[in-house]
Amino acid sequence: MNKFVRSALAAAVAGVTLLTGCASGAGSDSASNDSGSEKVTITNVSYDPTRELYAAYNEIFAKHWKELKGQDVEVTQSHGGSGKQALEVANGLEADVVTLALEYDVNAVRDAGLIEDGWVDEFDKDSSPYTSTIVFLVRKGNPKNIHDWDDIVKEGVGVITPNPKTSGGARWNYLAAWAFAEKQFGNDEEQVKDFMKKLFANVLVLDSGARGSTTTFVENGQGDVLLAWENEAYLSIQDHPDEYEIITPSISILAQPSVAIVDSVVDKRGTREVATEYLNYLYSDEAQRLAGQNYYRPSNPDILNEFSDTFDLHLSLVTIDDFGGWDAAQEKHFADGGVFDQIYEQQ
Amino acid sequence: MRRSGKRVIPGFGLSMGVTLTMVSLIVVIPLASLVVFTAKLSPAEIWATITRERVLASFKVSFLTAFIASLINAVMGVILAWVLVRYDFPLKRLLDGLIELPFAMPTAVAGIALTSLTSDKGLIGQLFARIGVKIAYTRIGITVALVFIGIPFVVRAVQPVLEKLDPTYEEAAGSMGASRARIFRSVILPEILPATMTGFGLAFGRCLGEYGSVVFIAGNKPFETEITPLIIMSELQEYDYASASAIALVILAAAFLILFFVNLIQARNSKILGR
Repeated sequence: MNKFVRSALAAAVAGVTLLTGCASGAGSDSASNDSGSEKVTITNVSYDPTRELYAAYNEIFAKHWKELKGQDVEVTQSHGGSGKQALEVANGLEADVVTLALEYDVNAVRDAGLIEDGWVDEFDKDSSPYTSTIVFLVRKGNPKNIHDWDDIVKEGVGVITPNPKTSGGARWNYLAAWAFAEKQFGNDEEQVKDFMKKLFANVLVLDSGARGSTTTFVENGQGDVLLAWENEAYLSIQDHPDEYEIITPSISILAQPSVAIVDSVVDKRGTREVATEYLNYLYSDEAQRLAGQNYYRPSNPDILNEFSDTFDLHLSLVTIDDFGGWDAAQEKHFADGGVFDQIYEQQ
Repeated sequence: MRRSGKRVIPGFGLSMGVTLTMVSLIVVIPLASLVVFTAKLSPAEIWATITRERVLASFKVSFLTAFIASLINAVMGVILAWVLVRYDFPLKRLLDGLIELPFAMPTAVAGIALTSLTSDKGLIGQLFARIGVKIAYTRIGITVALVFIGIPFVVRAVQPVLEKLDPTYEEAAGSMGASRARIFRSVILPEILPATMTGFGLAFGRCLGEYGSVVFIAGNKPFETEITPLIIMSELQEYDYASASAIALVILAAAFLILFFVNLIQARNSKILGR
């Protein structure tokens, strides 16, 4: 072996060692939490619109944990599109808990072998401490006279919704519209598809995420109606009280954001106890009220009633079970060549 | 080694080793994994994936907008480089630095800013809306974002060549009676053309894969303004790595071919010019 090859190899080996060295260094860093004496850190990987909710919740949880165990806890938040976040956790982003937009996304983490089967039953109410639904945000005075789903398929109405292919929230939008059409047309699927086609023909901009759609509608002034999470709609109203109105349709979908413990991570880091309490405490009266104040519907019916001035509690809500669960809905509607693709391809 | 390791610059073995490590860690291994993921599909499945109507439509949108944007950049980039090299004016250094901003700026920020400027309620969009032209949420909008992303590539490729270009050749041509257009065509252009082509190729490759800024301004409507990187993202959202990497390979191959041809042309030009 000549000198050139030898030193080249040496440098290559050095480079690789350096990189693996970094990796193992990061590993031992997180392991230091095992001692759990003074301070414990956990990571909550969540989706876009929960930013404000968890910023507030982490404070009350820190107080609660201090009282309970006399230990400080620091929660690191990560927000982004729900599907993307799930993908990152599945690929090794160390999250102690995930609080995502849909069961389907948590299932993706499960399928990567990080969450044990049966996580849905681990916490109350299918592991959904708070719910939301899909409503319409329209411009002040409701100039296009929009009251229900059949108003937004009319000609000349510009609709803004994110893309169901890339956004968890948008799948709820789509399914809510589908549920309305199904009721309207008595399960005649051809007519339902026709309705959906008209709806998406009215869509002006198909953003990749829910926050993007809100920006398009609110900041850039596109379209007449935004299909939005109820909590996002209320935030927009809060920021621009004189410019928008919320319209609750006759029928919508019960959007159940899911929370779960990432088993393999908490076992490795020794944080199972604090992570479990973190999710459990979401069901406490205090946290439920906090969810309500952030315009999420508390899953505790008594506390939900306290917010009857805010939320329309009379609208009829279908659930994902009416679609046979997420896996079935995904397969039928959003997979390649599924109904959503057909809607566009036949135009 | 024929020359028994005696080189002018010492440490060649070491630096070559570092180079090989970096190239394989950062370029070769990720690209190889792309191929591995794609290989989970049979050739027939790959073909079916990349020829789906919607995917083909997205190729059309992506290639068309990237090509037009790079063409605009090739022309505007040369003009910008020319001004920066040949003229002195106040705040020249500042302008020179600004050119690089698209490199440094998070692309999503650029996308959101451009969208709010060019939507029909935005500052610039309003003016165009009056003459019935929509920018944001159309292919024009995509092209605008790509022009923004690609401009530094051309400027930075052409600038050093112009700096080395000796003005005395132009003066000589002028004193021999050549017109300004003739001087540009026969003296300047042949010198800067290879660099312009390089800039064009780099910008084009970059534009093909650009996601962050474009998704905000594109409107993302299937068959109209849906770019290929968005399709790739949708596939990933469905946890369908194989289809995503199959589509990504097409973009990669196209970018590679373009850069390859640009290099080829450049090499030929250098030979003709005897350099």
